[in-house]
Amino acid sequence: MFGFGILSGLLVLPLVGAAFILTLRGDSEAARSNARWAALATTIATFILSLVAWARFDTATASFQLVESHAWLTETIRYKLGVDGFSMPLILLTTFLMPFCILASWESIGHRVKEYFVAFLVLETTMIGVFCALDLVLFYLFFEAGLIPMFLIIGIWGGKRRIYASFKFFLYTLLGSVLMLLAIMAMYWQAGTTDIPTLLAFKFASNLQIWLWLAFFASFAVKMPMWPVHTWLPDAHVEAPTAGSVILAGVLLKMGGYGFIRVSLPMFPEASEYFAPLVFALSVIAIIYTSLVALMQEDIKKLIAYSSVAHMGFVTMGLFSMNEQGIQGAMFTMISHGLVSGALFLCVGVIYDRMHTREIKAYGGLVNRMPMYAVVFLILTMANVALPGTSGFIGEFLTLMGAFRSNTWVAFLATTGVILSAAYALWLYRRVVYGELDKPALQTITDLNRREIITFAPLILLIIYYGVQPGPILDAFAVPTESLLNNVQAALATVKTAAVAAH
Amino acid sequence: MYHAIVFLPLVGFLIAGLFGRVLGPRPSEIITTALLFVAAVLSWVSFIQVGFGDGATRIQIAQWMSVGDLQVDWAFRIDTLTAMMLVVVNTVSALVHLYSIGYMHEDPHRSRFFAYLSLFTFTMLMLVTADNLVQMFFGWEGVGLASYLLIGFWYQKDSANAAAMKAFIVNRVGDFGFLLGIFTVFVLFNGVTFDAIFPRVAEFADAKFHFLGIEWHALTIACLLLFMGAMGKSAQFLLHTWLPDAMEGPTPVSALIHAATMVTAGVFMVARLSPIFEYAPAALTVVTVIGGITAFFAATVGLVQNDIKRVIAYSTCSQLGYMFVGLGVGAYGAGVFHLFTHAFFKALLFLGAGSVIHAMHHEQDIRHMGALRRYIPFTTAMMAVGTLALTGFPFSAGYYSKDAIIEAAYAAHSSAGSFAFLATVVAAFMTSFYSWRLFFLTFEGSARWGHHDHHAHAPHSHEGVEHDDHNRDVEPASHAQHEHGHHGAHTPHESPLVMLIPLLVLAIGAVLAGIIFHGAFIGEGYQEFWKGALFTRPENHILEEMHHLPGWVPLLPTIMMVLGFGLAWYMYIIDNKQPAKLAADHPILYRFLLNKWYFDELYDAIFVRPAMAIGRFFWRTGDQRIIDGLGPDGISARVLDVTRGVVRVQTGYVYHYAFAMLIGVAALVTFYLFRGAH
Repeated sequence: MFGFGILSGLLVLPLVGAAFILTLRGDSEAARSNARWAALATTIATFILSLVAWARFDTATASFQLVESHAWLTETIRYKLGVDGFSMPLILLTTFLMPFCILASWESIGHRVKEYFVAFLVLETTMIGVFCALDLVLFYLFFEAGLIPMFLIIGIWGGKRRIYASFKFFLYTLLGSVLMLLAIMAMYWQAGTTDIPTLLAFKFASNLQIWLWLAFFASFAVKMPMWPVHTWLPDAHVEAPTAGSVILAGVLLKMGGYGFIRVSLPMFPEASEYFAPLVFALSVIAIIYTSLVALMQEDIKKLIAYSSVAHMGFVTMGLFSMNEQGIQGAMFTMISHGLVSGALFLCVGVIYDRMHTREIKAYGGLVNRMPMYAVVFLILTMANVALPGTSGFIGEFLTLMGAFRSNTWVAFLATTGVILSAAYALWLYRRVVYGELDKPALQTITDLNRREIITFAPLILLIIYYGVQPGPILDAFAVPTESLLNNVQAALATVKTAAVAAH
Repeated sequence: MYHAIVFLPLVGFLIAGLFGRVLGPRPSEIITTALLFVAAVLSWVSFIQVGFGDGATRIQIAQWMSVGDLQVDWAFRIDTLTAMMLVVVNTVSALVHLYSIGYMHEDPHRSRFFAYLSLFTFTMLMLVTADNLVQMFFGWEGVGLASYLLIGFWYQKDSANAAAMKAFIVNRVGDFGFLLGIFTVFVLFNGVTFDAIFPRVAEFADAKFHFLGIEWHALTIACLLLFMGAMGKSAQFLLHTWLPDAMEGPTPVSALIHAATMVTAGVFMVARLSPIFEYAPAALTVVTVIGGITAFFAATVGLVQNDIKRVIAYSTCSQLGYMFVGLGVGAYGAGVFHLFTHAFFKALLFLGAGSVIHAMHHEQDIRHMGALRRYIPFTTAMMAVGTLALTGFPFSAGYYSKDAIIEAAYAAHSSAGSFAFLATVVAAFMTSFYSWRLFFLTFEGSARWGHHDHHAHAPHSHEGVEHDDHNRDVEPASHAQHEHGHHGAHTPHESPLVMLIPLLVLAIGAVLAGIIFHGAFIGEGYQEFWKGALFTRPENHILEEMHHLPGWVPLLPTIMMVLGFGLAWYMYIIDNKQPAKLAADHPILYRFLLNKWYFDELYDAIFVRPAMAIGRFFWRTGDQRIIDGLGPDGISARVLDVTRGVVRVQTGYVYHYAFAMLIGVAALVTFYLFRGAH
């Protein structure tokens, strides 16, 4: 069909849904309801389409698949899409989480309902776009475009300090992206193309690599977020509506990690090796520092946001340990964290919808009236502290093992995160769920309703399933990881030979 | 068969956990208990097959993960050690299930309780059948979760929640070492499966490994890190603080998890990894010393505790120390044998204590008991059997296993061994003393429970020094709905049959386990029984040395037992003013022991509070003042200043947007020029 393939379909489908919602007239309850159902239908259809893509995907090859390419700005800057083992699971994660976001917004969004769902659907397009773009300019476009709907979601449907939060979010991410654009321009002038597969094979000069790496790093580190540019995240999370938090933690944070694996590591292997100690240092600081900060939080969402920063520390640490366990573990952590933290934010949303507060102090003893909620929250808490048998463990274990192979100090310090995460997560659980239910406001709180059960069930099943059988995801990463490592080794070997020859 | 043994408890957990509320408590109880009994019977069959026949095998279930060289399977490794653990876990678990039907009969959340018990059993079985270190870690953390849930079972009680959390976090400190140990082993052996590691250990006998910038003997550092995990799980000195608090859980839980099975996981781990530890003598020395310290330390604290469960908990802690001494001096058989016999008599003591608590309507303070022998004779008899076995009365279970450890420590002829010998002998004396003290205070003497307002009057005065943890350990929480007990006089009553049968079965075990199995575990049948499941280097002759000791050594533990009994008899039966006087004469020592050497206070001061203070500092100062202050807030303040100055706009934020962009463009241009200048 005009040479457009299934990936274009994934990009267009949410936009079609958005366009349909925009055509709905009026702001009556019927229109709102239609908007909700249309958004849900669209996201489910997109998810099914992504499953079709997954079925056609071959995990045995490292090359890009489902590729489609059309001239766009010029003959060299093209509209080119494709996926490999790194991006395909992230696309699935995105399409999988979207219907839950729609469900989570079902009742909690009261004003500008249509616009809200439009913003979400546009956001979905941009997120999928980031993961399947095979042209750096296109990648940049999606990467930055995603900011706008998120900015609006926080700024319009957010909490009390939404303006401050959205502004902070924007300022931080803008800072990084400017440098990234510059780096893309430099790469274009150097290599004559912005085609990602071509650039992957292109060898940049060593000193140029350093600058390019730093420019990309600025952008990805903010997105991750890495310490010390993480402070936008807790504010953004706290102010964002539940579904916004889910997407923010579940998918938007993964763009940074994806950027590292798509651009930084393969295109600038020398610089990556050169800067690995820096990344390790920042990751370890992130793990310990933010875990301790999380311990002291008084706001549930902020606590989970800080724990996200710590988990992202595991991701960056794993990626730059440059071995199979590290990289596959990091990629797995991203998927797992998407499910777990997404579900955790939904969990907070459940009680926020009922009580309209996120203060830990306002809760206590919920298990007495909400036993089902307590079970769900317990499983998610355990996944968050990486209990074996949940998906969280696989990622944390593998990244730590990768780091250990690369540098025992890093692994030693990062493993303290195992203790700290248990401390903050269990303390939160104890304060919110356990104890006596003696707060008057909580006396009438109700347990999960049917919609909420439907939301949580698949998430929890997947979290446990992937904890016991991580194969389906890990196998997708295996081949591209091997090819990435081979290329990096080859590049580093050439440099070393050249250095030896020069002497 | 092994599928059934391991997965039947999981089935029970799923049924009781998912459908417990639909089924109601009684069906949940029956289903989980019945499944456990099937598993227990099958375990004995396999134990006889494997131990006294030839049934060692490996059963593949599924692949877990495969990443690069790391291959991890879900698989069972069945050998004598596993089969023995299957017997211990499933037997005690089945009996505890049965017992709980009686003990928990008033609790509205019984389905949940039985689900947790079965979950625990399943994860414990995964631990002992593990074919590789990662699966062992799965079971390891799984039992930690079950322990967390069961300690905090009465979630309305704040102290129970605190204890549950503490147990999990302290165990995580041990797991920190365990994880690093797994990584070290993987880097050395390029695999985590026991089959891949054990045959190759000798190759690495002299290998070096760089860890944290220091060059270590590779196997020593691996073993030390792994042992850290064992210290956490088995509540060894320094990581022991969670175990006494864990007594907040219902008593059957204490019997199953915190006496017979989970806490012995560390012992199991070291025994399982004996092929590695044998090549790491320095690590074995550490194991011996830690074991010796724990045996001594926990016994001293046990001397003065007044909560019936806490006394037994410290006793458990101390006995675990014995097991590590056995392992540490290379007598793995003795350590594991003590694990085996200890499971019977310690579970018996805990369940007996539960029966006492049940009889006393949830009173746990032995100062408020006394003379119970006349009211609950059966329980008294069972407790007596347990106490005899624990203190090592001739021909009881403890006599064989505990004495074997003490002899092994002597036979080691090393300085660590001598230290451990001394520590365990002194501890044997104290064990006998506190066990009989407990027994006499509970069952003999005068009744101190008649006056029903005892909570109000002077609970502080008994031994002359005030108490800080009084009332924390009473176990009524969920029973509060049933307003019986504490109001009005009551007569202690014997427990129902479902609680007494398990006591009887365990008592038979406590009497006979030693005499029947000592030949196979540590005697002449050693080789044929273990068939290499416990590895000893050819240079390790400890088992033979144990038979050539000076005549006084094997007698010494028995003498200690008699002395301890005599002293307890004197102080609590003949002249019961003595304890108070002794405590009053040595207030500092008494307080020191009563407050468990002040470990909780110490850890609170050096770990918990600093962590919180640092966390707050990082948050308020690090994040909010420094990073935000110099970063976004600072910039936005400047931008706002400029905005106000240049364009007078009232609604700020669209303009912030524009200005941020301007700054970005400026940065871009600057950077570009800078680049171009080269």
